[in-house]
Amino acid sequence: MPEPLLELRDVKTHFPVRHGLVFQREVGTVRAVDGVSLTVAAGEVVGLVGESGCGKSTLARTIMQLIPPTAGTVLLGGRNLTTGTAADLRGARRQLQMVFQDPYASLNPRLTVFDTLAEPMRVHRICPAGEIPSRVAALMERVGLAPRFVRKYPHEFSGGQRQRIAIARALALEPRIIIADEPVSALDVSIQAQILNLLAGLCRDMNLALVFIAHDLSVVKHISDRVAVMYLGRIVELGPAVDVIERPAHPYTRALVSAIPVPDPERECGRQRIVLAGDPPSPLNPPLGCSFHPRCAHATDACRAAVPALWPAGPGREAACARLGEI
Amino acid sequence: MRPAVPLLTVTDLRTSFHTRSGVYRAVDGVSFAVDRGETLGIVGESGSGKSVTCYSLMGLIPQPPGRIEGGSAVFDGVDLLKCTPAQARGLRGKRIAMIFQDPMTSLNPYLRIADQLIEPLLIHERISRAAALLRAGEALEAVGINDAGRRMQLYPHEFSGGMRQRVMIAMALITRPELLIADEPTTALDVTVQAQILELIRQRQRELGMAVIFITHDLGVVAGLCDRVQVMYAGRIVESAPTRALFAAPRHPYTRALQRSIPALQRKGAALYSIEGLPPDLSRPIPGCPFAPRCEHAVSACSGAPAVLRSATPDHAHACARVHAGEI
Repeated sequence: MPEPLLELRDVKTHFPVRHGLVFQREVGTVRAVDGVSLTVAAGEVVGLVGESGCGKSTLARTIMQLIPPTAGTVLLGGRNLTTGTAADLRGARRQLQMVFQDPYASLNPRLTVFDTLAEPMRVHRICPAGEIPSRVAALMERVGLAPRFVRKYPHEFSGGQRQRIAIARALALEPRIIIADEPVSALDVSIQAQILNLLAGLCRDMNLALVFIAHDLSVVKHISDRVAVMYLGRIVELGPAVDVIERPAHPYTRALVSAIPVPDPERECGRQRIVLAGDPPSPLNPPLGCSFHPRCAHATDACRAAVPALWPAGPGREAACARLGEI
Repeated sequence: MRPAVPLLTVTDLRTSFHTRSGVYRAVDGVSFAVDRGETLGIVGESGSGKSVTCYSLMGLIPQPPGRIEGGSAVFDGVDLLKCTPAQARGLRGKRIAMIFQDPMTSLNPYLRIADQLIEPLLIHERISRAAALLRAGEALEAVGINDAGRRMQLYPHEFSGGMRQRVMIAMALITRPELLIADEPTTALDVTVQAQILELIRQRQRELGMAVIFITHDLGVVAGLCDRVQVMYAGRIVESAPTRALFAAPRHPYTRALQRSIPALQRKGAALYSIEGLPPDLSRPIPGCPFAPRCEHAVSACSGAPAVLRSATPDHAHACARVHAGEI
């Protein structure tokens, strides 16, 4: 197996919860990401799914070092990003870029498309100033925007076009990996398809690795090579996208897959649904043992006692369930 | 066979918004009917007019800038668009109820759940506060909230998103309405919670025998829940059919394109069909078919003559002239 491009080793991101105005005291810890290990190979698309509050966005920001991890290491091309100076990190960011969910909030409304795309090139001095206009034009064409829009401001574009600008900005430094946090969730179905096609094409043509975060399993299955399912700060299942989503091993993944409405009335009316009771528990006060056990139909006393580790569950697959073989 | 008189008949509804930058025809000539006990899905992308249609029926369009330009919406003999305020009050919240997308903004944060739940009862039924509270407790139990007596004394912020939507549903159904309008009630929720809420709506509908208009952008939700579906685009209905017929054989090019752009229905890794371009600007008059500029089958006649929703078979109607002519 080739050396992974991105490697996470037991990454934890905890947030202290403080009380009081002047004399603040810590009253608890939100374990947003609680021991995640994951590798991404060059050119690979890894989908990260889970419900709100499961820590997938915090994990994305931790990979980007926008939030420093509490523990664990993030390695990019063998280099540890969690140690080292700000200058080291800036160098690493050339290879590691991010696309955010809301293209209305992630673009500076006072910058034209040109300034938005030229800024990273200037900061990283990747080319002589004279080359910037031609590079910007090429980038815009690459993401399907007409270069004549170069002097326009974000508010003059639709949501889908703004997301194209955000993707172009991420591509400006020719990174090797992009972290995309729900890049299509805010878009309508027909526009979503355009952006998914664009991202899939970029990965294929530029050998770009992608960590694709979404809550929509069908989107993740479509674009990803492998998928990681998160629940309450941990990965509970990991494996090839089609296998995991068509034959889920972990009870949570099974429930998640079964909860997604299928746009086909024949299948939708006939199939068996697993409707989970209750809401996901709070990461402030997670249940002991397997964090899914209060909602799991198969839970035993063993599940309540110890946190199950990720365990091999078929070729290239892992799942964190104590009763893996039995259910 | 459809019953002779539908519960609700909407005819040629036109709602527009008069703004400084022009007149936006948000709903432009929409007609449909809902039978008792039936579930009608209204599907469309943002800005297609699906919410404005239902807000118009409920009298929730702010006027100005909004204006209902024409049409009628007859609910059991009463035209909702022209009736007196007193008539409207007697129907709204009593025989027609509505639930909204965001349960946080549609519950009053200053009032305890109990006070919000009994308000429709105190207004619409001659009932004592004590009896209303009893009914409220039953209503909460019916939507799966245990320990209702204690929970009723809490405030909305003390509930999770899924629980708040349950409270909304309990509140909407407490007067046993004949029609429930649900405006994207599960869009803000996680999928496992969405599954719970959809199951709850199904179950309560069976128990109460009410009709439901379910507005959503998610074709998957429609497939499992609705008897009939109508697809809206640019303020008009472009296709209307029983759910199975619509998914098995969509006629209108927009519906077909929509279906082909959903990843769940496509082979993994294949390029998704994407509808090029953007929906039209509703502040400009659209003489022909609103989808023509993005349609791969459009010919010059499509942008000239108005596209009319006509029946192809007795219960399957669509607004594509070329499909009607048998050309595509």
